[in-house]
Amino acid sequence: MHTTMETPATTTNLLHPSKRLRQRYRAERWFKRLGLLAIVLSLAFIAFLFFSIFSDGYTAFKQSYIALDVNFAAEEFTQAKLAHANFPGLVKKAMHSMFPEVDSRRGKKELESLVSPSAAYKLQDMVEEDPKIIGTTQKVWVLAGDDVDMLLKGKIDRKEKQSNRRLKDNQLAWIDRLISDKKLEQKFNWNFFTAGDSREPELAGIWGAVKGSFLTLLITLTLSFPIGVASAVYLEEFAPENKWTDLIEININNLAAVPSIIFGLLGLAIFINFWGLPRSTPIVGGLVLSLMTLPTIIIAGRASLKSVPPSIREAALGVGASKMQTVIHHVLPLAMPGMLTGTIIGMAQALGETAPLLMIGMVAFIVDIPGSITDPAAVLPVQIYLWADSPERAFTEKTSAAIMILLTFLVFMNSLAVYLRKKFETKW
Amino acid sequence: MELTSNQTHPAFPTLLSGAVHQESEQTRSQAYTTGRKTVGTPFVDKPRMTCRDVEVYYGEKCAINKISIDVGCNEVLAMIGPSGCGKSTFLRCLNRMNDTVPSCRVVGSICLDETDIYHPSVDVVPLRAQVGMVFQKPNPFPKSIYDNVAYGPRIHGLTKNKVELDEIVETSLIKAGLWEEVKDRLLEPGTGLSGGQQQRLCIARAIAVSPEVILMDEPCSALDPIATARVEELIAELRTQFSIVIVTHAMQQAARVSQRTAYFHLGDLIEVGATDKIFTNPKHRLTEDYITGRFG
Ligand SMILES: Nc1ncnc2c1ncn2[C@@H]1O[C@H](COP(=O)(O)OP(=O)(O)O)[C@@H](O)[C@H]1O
Ligand SMILES: [Mg+2]
Repeated sequence: MHTTMETPATTTNLLHPSKRLRQRYRAERWFKRLGLLAIVLSLAFIAFLFFSIFSDGYTAFKQSYIALDVNFAAEEFTQAKLAHANFPGLVKKAMHSMFPEVDSRRGKKELESLVSPSAAYKLQDMVEEDPKIIGTTQKVWVLAGDDVDMLLKGKIDRKEKQSNRRLKDNQLAWIDRLISDKKLEQKFNWNFFTAGDSREPELAGIWGAVKGSFLTLLITLTLSFPIGVASAVYLEEFAPENKWTDLIEININNLAAVPSIIFGLLGLAIFINFWGLPRSTPIVGGLVLSLMTLPTIIIAGRASLKSVPPSIREAALGVGASKMQTVIHHVLPLAMPGMLTGTIIGMAQALGETAPLLMIGMVAFIVDIPGSITDPAAVLPVQIYLWADSPERAFTEKTSAAIMILLTFLVFMNSLAVYLRKKFETKW
Repeated sequence: MELTSNQTHPAFPTLLSGAVHQESEQTRSQAYTTGRKTVGTPFVDKPRMTCRDVEVYYGEKCAINKISIDVGCNEVLAMIGPSGCGKSTFLRCLNRMNDTVPSCRVVGSICLDETDIYHPSVDVVPLRAQVGMVFQKPNPFPKSIYDNVAYGPRIHGLTKNKVELDEIVETSLIKAGLWEEVKDRLLEPGTGLSGGQQQRLCIARAIAVSPEVILMDEPCSALDPIATARVEELIAELRTQFSIVIVTHAMQQAARVSQRTAYFHLGDLIEVGATDKIFTNPKHRLTEDYITGRFG
């Protein structure tokens, strides 16, 4: 009887949803739209960020070069050592010979400034490599000065008043003549990928920072991965449950939340002042970043150990495997993808970290490419910071290019983490 | 390789040096009156395992209350009872799997071939090789079928070379009735098999280390009826070589596969007897209620 009374009511409800039901659907639609909006917004910001970085930075991958006809006249190389020869003079003479009409002292100076100071070193390298070129005239492509480069990249406005411009009218005219003579060209900037930092923007490269970052991360990885995995395994599989392990667990979680600059201070106090390790070096940077990455790895490691089903442990123990064998043969391999993912994400964080490295002196201006973990080095994010801080216009594009390279590494590392997670996703 | 009660395990001569002989004929026949009186015939001649006054606590909570029972040689002992009455807990005491539960405490004596397995100098590693276990949910390792079976012999160093290991893997799989189905794909992952095959693989894994006793905790509860029938057949065959203790929810299953049945109730062992007696003519009212309640 109960059912017969209810049946007609249900039918009407099905055909004409009640007001309450309609309201519920409306709320659901709104919720969906809000979520979509949030995603679109954040994607738009990311797109904007990428666009602005790329549009600022892509020009850094090209650099302007000037072709000089250098006369390596024999009388210039009378000194005992090749290095003592007047190479800057050779460059100047080559410039003057291209524009013989310039004769005022001031005009000559302005003409000479179109070429990068590095041109002299380039000539020196050439002669040292092959002394047979002495006495001949060679066509040499040397770097143009950064102002010339900026002009070619459209970053100096010709219509600006002369007094507000970095290049004078006569310099513009020379540049135009060089271009029409095909003696001033933009070429791919290999130098950017092979050189260290420099005061001259046209000479500055990213390789020193990339290598510094690599060495620093190498230290971080070799320290934090084994220690992190061992700690995670001990805490998750072997540690008794008592007040001490609770305390350790709480503190690991706290450590993960400590601002990174504090780790830098700790590193300064312990590694540099107390242990006496050299400042600004990858070894100290790596130690500091290990401290910072360890909690991330331990927490990720414990989570992935927890996700290994207990039935696997029981199976191993049930055939008489010892605790150790159970962990090493069965639990750890199954937890490893998760641990690796955590490690890679920790490494990506460490790669982008700046603050703690400032504290241990990794902001120094370092020209040399670090050869070992005890050589002073810069790292990518600090290099970005340094270039962003430089007054020369030409460093702006270098900054963006360095950001592009850092982002490339980060995206690569994160995709690797995603790939590992997908590849080894629970297979039992 | 047939094992009789007084033979020692091939790989593990003794569980501990100078085995502790605790049980004499006299003490065994003595009535155990401390716990709730168990009705029926909990003790047998020439037992493989003897449990006396076993109490199990999870923290303060008593899960097993003074249980005494024997596991005979070459018999299937079924343990039945309502959920939460402590069947799994008791079963897991027999190979000390409860050691992994930090709050769990076991009192009383449990002997395997007259060696007290809870003696402080007993090592659980050889013990668990002698008392194998098959779990409720099939839990093969996420490795190849071959490696699943070979794992036990490998860690216990039972074989000298690959040929011997191959032989053990093959005989174990044959005994588990799985050989014909998997012989062409030994290197495929064990987790790719069907549920019933996985469970038989787990049985093969357990018998690969030649245990004396195999404990099974509701081995068929995750299987379909056909796979269940296959495993039951297998249990009947394995009885000729091993002692088997099986926990089951299905009373028909207990009736089909076991020689003796033990009825548990809220941590007490109420009645033990020959299976046909228990199911046709239970002596205790609780046993009768349980059996008739289920059948009726
Ligand atoms: N790890 C554990 N910790 C605490 N109590 C447990 C644990 N395992 C089982 N118990 C308790 O012990 C009793 C017996 O459980 P169990 O042996 O699993 O019963 P059964 O297998 O007969 O269903 C139950 O009351 C259960 O709550
Ligand atoms: Mg159970």
